[in-house]
Amino acid sequence: MTPAAVSHVGIRFENIDKRYGGLYALRRVSLEIAAGEFVVLAGRNGSGKTTLLRIAARLVRPSSGSITFLDSKNGPTKAASRAGFVAHATMVYDELTAEENLLLFAQLLGIAEPGARAETLLAEVGLTDRRKSLVRTFSRGMRQRVAIARALLNEPTVLLLDEPATGLDPQGVSWLAGTLRQMRDAGRTILVSLHGESEISALATRAVRLEAGSVIADTRTGASLPSILTFTGA
Amino acid sequence: MFSNTAVLLGKELRTEFRSRELLTTTVVFILVVVVLFSFTFDASSAESRRFAASLLWLAFLFAASLMLQPCFLREQSNDTLSALRLSVRDPFAIFAAKLSANTLFLLLTELLMLPVFSILFNVPVFPVFGQLVLVLFLGSLGVSIAGTALSAISAQARMRELLLPLLLLPLLTPVLVASTRVTLALLDTEPYMEWKGIGFLVVFDVVFLTALWLFGEYLLEE
Repeated sequence: MTPAAVSHVGIRFENIDKRYGGLYALRRVSLEIAAGEFVVLAGRNGSGKTTLLRIAARLVRPSSGSITFLDSKNGPTKAASRAGFVAHATMVYDELTAEENLLLFAQLLGIAEPGARAETLLAEVGLTDRRKSLVRTFSRGMRQRVAIARALLNEPTVLLLDEPATGLDPQGVSWLAGTLRQMRDAGRTILVSLHGESEISALATRAVRLEAGSVIADTRTGASLPSILTFTGA
Repeated sequence: MFSNTAVLLGKELRTEFRSRELLTTTVVFILVVVVLFSFTFDASSAESRRFAASLLWLAFLFAASLMLQPCFLREQSNDTLSALRLSVRDPFAIFAAKLSANTLFLLLTELLMLPVFSILFNVPVFPVFGQLVLVLFLGSLGVSIAGTALSAISAQARMRELLLPLLLLPLLTPVLVASTRVTLALLDTEPYMEWKGIGFLVVFDVVFLTALWLFGEYLLEE
């Protein structure tokens, strides 16, 4: 990727609760993520990683608590002006081509030259040859590349990724790690949920472990990062 | 908002005209219903004029409940609704595009069915074609506005396939009554325009469209 100069945006979660009926998905989560940090969210299935990411993306409203984006240019805001989100699902249309998908979202986002932006991203994710193919004909790994390209359309200052390596082969994981490294080095704030250690977790500057909706570990220490990622619980 | 709506409407039309799933199934469904209705009584002109309008609108309503089902359900499989919510400036653009597409598809289906209906029920529709198009448009718009909103609600619920018709059909009773009355007047031996019915349809459309504009955002939340 070729990251442009960006404003730096941090995220502050304050006492976030999320309840679904009587079930707590998140319980009093407070985290402050500084601009430019690369934070890995670790935890078992159902620990609240996805919910926290969806709250950060403003797709889910917390039951209580607040989230603030700390923009170096515009000050604190309730919504990040440029956030990219990669979910568990691909978030692209199977019945459109890779190019049509990127063009559609680029136009919705109001990107100045949607065609050129889509072309650049298709080249960067290695799908130029298949740009006219319907996404439904793609392998899971190729779909994930389109999904990542979609999330990068508006050159996000905050990137939220929910297990982005799902379905990627080892080359795909290396490509994604390289892309995220460039974004981290350009000062973008990255929050990514992962299972276990990988090339991607090696880029982290901080790891946070969730268990039953609560933060149980939070470290910036290099030596402690792998232990948080592979933590099996007491 | 308008540019987002136009882009999304383009997407809706492209995907539908590429697959033709919705249009084909709805046309076939409505054809079967109209043909079955035509078997139930003697299609002598007087009797047809009395019942045909209500049968026609019932068939359109059943077809609409079938057509509106996948409207938001299709956005669930790949979580594309989240991608849309993250991309549009005003969430109403999502509704505006979907209800425009639904109105267009419904209207197209109805226009295709009119000649078949005219033959099977022995009622001349062409002398009042322009007025019929007006009532079809206003009725279809009302059906689409309410149906698109309910489709967004039912897509997130359990038993979603059953929920939409259960909610939609009672809610659309006023549209059914008004549209039927206007159509009945137009199919009379001396056709006339039932302006009260037209006025009611306009009010229904405006009220529901305003409600959707004001509260639609909450229907899209998880």
